[in-house]
Amino acid sequence: MRTTGIAAKADAVWKVYGKGEAQVIALGGVSVDLARGEFTAIMGPSGSGKSTLMHCLAGLDTVTRGEVSIGDTKVTGLSDRGLTALRREKVGFIFQQFNLLPTLTAEENILLPLSIAGRKPDPTWYKTVIRTVGLADRLKHKPTELSGGQQQRVACARALVSRPDVIFADEPTGNLDSRSGAEVLNFLRSSVREYGQTIVMVTHDPNAASYADRVIFLADGKVVSELREPTADAVLDTMKRLDGQGAR
Amino acid sequence: MFRATWKSLLSRKLRLLLSGMAVVLGVMAVSSALILTDSLSASFDDMFRTVNKNVDVQVSGASTSPGSEEDRRAEPLAASAVDKVRGVAGVREAVGVVSSDGARVVGKNGKVIVTQGPPRLGVGWRDGDGVTDLREGTGPTAADQVAINVTLAKAGPFKVGDRIDVLTLAAKKSFTVSGVFGMTGNRDSLGGETIVAFTEPVAQQLMLGKPGVYSSITVRAADGVSADAVKANLVAVFGATAVVRTSAEVAKAQAADVQEFLTIFQNFLLGFAAVTLFVGIFLILNTFSILVAQRTRELALLRSLGAGRGQVIRSVLVEALVVGIVASTLGLFAGYGVAVLLKQLLFSSLKDATLGFTTSAVVASYLVGVLVTLVAAVVPALRASRVAPIAALRDAATADKSLVKVTVTGAVLGALGVGGVGWALFGSLKGSSIWLVLLGGVLLSFIGVALLTPSIARPTVGVIGRLFSWSLPGKLGRRNSARNPRRTANTAAALMIGLALITGVSVLAASINSSMSKVFTQDLRADLVIDRDSGDATYDPSVIDKTRQMAGVAGAVGLYGDATTDVTGKAVYLSGTDVAAAKDIFNLKVKSGELRDLRHNEVVLGEEFATKRGLGTGSSLKLKTSRGGEQTFVVVGVYAKQQLLNEPLVSVADAQEYFHTPAPMIGAVKLKPGADAAGVKRQIEALLVDSPEISVASQADFIKQQTGQVDTLLNMLYALLALAVIIAILGIVNTLALSVLERTRELGMLRAVGMSRWSAMRMITVESVVISVFGALLGLAVGTGLGVAVVRALKDQGFDVLTVPWTRMLVFLGLAVVVGLFAAILPAIRAARVNVLQAISYE
Repeated sequence: MRTTGIAAKADAVWKVYGKGEAQVIALGGVSVDLARGEFTAIMGPSGSGKSTLMHCLAGLDTVTRGEVSIGDTKVTGLSDRGLTALRREKVGFIFQQFNLLPTLTAEENILLPLSIAGRKPDPTWYKTVIRTVGLADRLKHKPTELSGGQQQRVACARALVSRPDVIFADEPTGNLDSRSGAEVLNFLRSSVREYGQTIVMVTHDPNAASYADRVIFLADGKVVSELREPTADAVLDTMKRLDGQGAR
Repeated sequence: MFRATWKSLLSRKLRLLLSGMAVVLGVMAVSSALILTDSLSASFDDMFRTVNKNVDVQVSGASTSPGSEEDRRAEPLAASAVDKVRGVAGVREAVGVVSSDGARVVGKNGKVIVTQGPPRLGVGWRDGDGVTDLREGTGPTAADQVAINVTLAKAGPFKVGDRIDVLTLAAKKSFTVSGVFGMTGNRDSLGGETIVAFTEPVAQQLMLGKPGVYSSITVRAADGVSADAVKANLVAVFGATAVVRTSAEVAKAQAADVQEFLTIFQNFLLGFAAVTLFVGIFLILNTFSILVAQRTRELALLRSLGAGRGQVIRSVLVEALVVGIVASTLGLFAGYGVAVLLKQLLFSSLKDATLGFTTSAVVASYLVGVLVTLVAAVVPALRASRVAPIAALRDAATADKSLVKVTVTGAVLGALGVGGVGWALFGSLKGSSIWLVLLGGVLLSFIGVALLTPSIARPTVGVIGRLFSWSLPGKLGRRNSARNPRRTANTAAALMIGLALITGVSVLAASINSSMSKVFTQDLRADLVIDRDSGDATYDPSVIDKTRQMAGVAGAVGLYGDATTDVTGKAVYLSGTDVAAAKDIFNLKVKSGELRDLRHNEVVLGEEFATKRGLGTGSSLKLKTSRGGEQTFVVVGVYAKQQLLNEPLVSVADAQEYFHTPAPMIGAVKLKPGADAAGVKRQIEALLVDSPEISVASQADFIKQQTGQVDTLLNMLYALLALAVIIAILGIVNTLALSVLERTRELGMLRAVGMSRWSAMRMITVESVVISVFGALLGLAVGTGLGVAVVRALKDQGFDVLTVPWTRMLVFLGLAVVVGLFAAILPAIRAARVNVLQAISYE
């Protein structure tokens, strides 16, 4: 298992929208290192830049200044073709809205990134993933025939099956009830613990963040705090503290 | 509510514009047809009034053959008739006029100068008739001189002093141009006609076939006497032996001929407008359906805020109304442009006619455009009104409704339509009701098939799509096209209709062509065919005699022809030929009596003609001939039914005596085995050097020429039906563009998990090609069915060979693939440009 080294890295990243008076600074010189085999949560109030940071890390958005890399690959400056290849080879995504293709079955959805890349799945790994997400009997179903929790588990399996360097999860439990949410979070944590998968999750739910190994707090486009081995209470406290600072 | 409607309209203007394009094109056809024909007919009316301004009453000979003014050949009036007219009360002045169509001039390039439609007049010159305006030189003063009009001088080109060759009732003759004339009002000609003015005696002989006769007498009434009064006096004197008309009546009759042509032309254009708009309805219906589906949430919100069903329906219909009005306006103006273009192309001789927005064009354009748009929007509007307020709270993924109702309706309508087509083609209907039932049947069939397409779509599209399933984008594209069968079906149906008509016409044309080839190969046992380029041309009778003497020639016959009437006034087309020789060459089989050399006033009949009139060998046939008055012919034989000839045949001598044109029009030559066909052809061509409108062709070439005419017509139909296909392409573009919009999130996800732009484009392209191939297959199937039915119905008319042009149909299928590729371009680019970030971030 790859347990050491840096999976993704942001170095003094700035993201600025607009010009002059209307200028908005989404990220103001953020530097983070995301260690391999770690489950990192990014938290912060709305408008803190947490989603922007994730989008920049994943190569979905360009940075104004600074540098982003995933593994050994420098993301900043890649062409669309290079970014596409990067997403195909090294990155997995889990979205709040599941984003499954309604025309494909669960199985086809899971294998979609591999099909796009023209690769065959590793059969042992594929079986492991299916077993872990607990979807063995649902593989032939279309997304509309699955519950929200099941759909999100399909999305997780889709992200996992190509063994990317990093999985980016954007509010993965935002559209789920607490029980389904807990299932998904448990699954994400176990894939980190057992298979050494690197996961970066954006959330505003302290309970969800408590599943992570490390929580990074953002406010007004800057890293303001960090917790290791967090509990929900600790996260909540930090949030309250930050809110208080913001109010002052 | 109106504010909301207006806002939604503005936010979708591009999409609506695209669907409006169908209406624009349809209305364009309507308005161009009406603008062109209305303006031209007004200009013609004006022209004919000018020509007849110096005439109060016109006396012309009683007609010898029925038919329209154009075909009618009046019996010339004797010179004595002029004096007779002068003696009638109220007549101040009467002048004999010689004027007849059929003076063909050989141009500088050796070819006969043709006019597209207008006559080629040969007239007797008269100084100071008040209409002609001598521009150069003088009128003809000797028998070998002619004056020509400006149009002819330009076409030649000829100038005063040139020698020109003119073909008339007689063979080619040479003249010197003594002068060039135009018309008063600085016109080159009336409507593009060419005029050769001979001295009066020459004109009488060459144009009317007899010396000392006139084609008409123009009369000026004495002061204070009305034209009607003079007409009454003249009628009292001449009775039924002459036709007497006031100048107003003459102008009206002349205009009526032009009117008839314009009406045909107009109906032709309007027919295509109808096809275009019919196809357009599908496009609009689809666009509005998709827009309503995409706005489900918004509509539900309006409903939950208290909007009534009626308000929702009205909001959709108002949107349609605005689209209809805007599209009609654009179509109206585009139609003006097309009318200008068509006038340049087809009516270049009518420089003076000005085009304008006639009331009928404007009214019809708006009426048709708005109505079509509204009709197409009714179903989507009703669907919109059924959106439940609760839908605002749900995610807008509405489940597919059952297709049972649509399928059953489609099957019933389709069956009715097919039944109607069958009834029209094979039933006992008569006259114009056949066309009405046929049209209704075809229309119902199309609607029926269109309604059936959703249920056919899923399995068929799956099969077609399998061809592309080797790659992931292909597979996704196939799944997407099967995703919403109604949408795919509606989009494909538009292409289906256009292609069905094209295929039907192709099957019909191919079958007509092969039937014609069969007739000619079976019943025209000639190696060389002497044929003419224009309707008036004839050649010297001696050509046939000389051909018979040539080495290698087994037999040669000429065919004379003329329109006569029987005692009841019914038209009878009469041919003259050497029956003994023709028997072999035209494959005539004895049914009764004998087929031998005919003597004076003997006739042989075709079987069909004889049966229809209850005639047989030994009976007699009384006909009013062009130049020999009433003659009674004795039937000596009846030849078996065949495809080439059906009319009564008389001897060559009788033909030369009685027929309007005493010379053969076509001919056929049979060679001895092993004869030098090319050599004989050259020899005959040498004999025909004075008849530039007559050509000699091998049988194969002759068949090619005949079928070539069908192909020309076919190509014209293709060009016009292409309009319907263009609209279908617009429909595919529109559907795909809307689908891409709808699936932005999916596209974003695919791009996020590593799909390249190129693959995204390929996915859309496959969807597009699958839809268009599906539509094409349906169209080919329906069109073949339609074509086969029509060909079968024409079996009794001699079109007994059914040919399905498979290669051509394969080409159409190939073109459908191209159409699919083409239609995918813009939507695919749009799909590739989807911003991944925006697509996946929740609103």
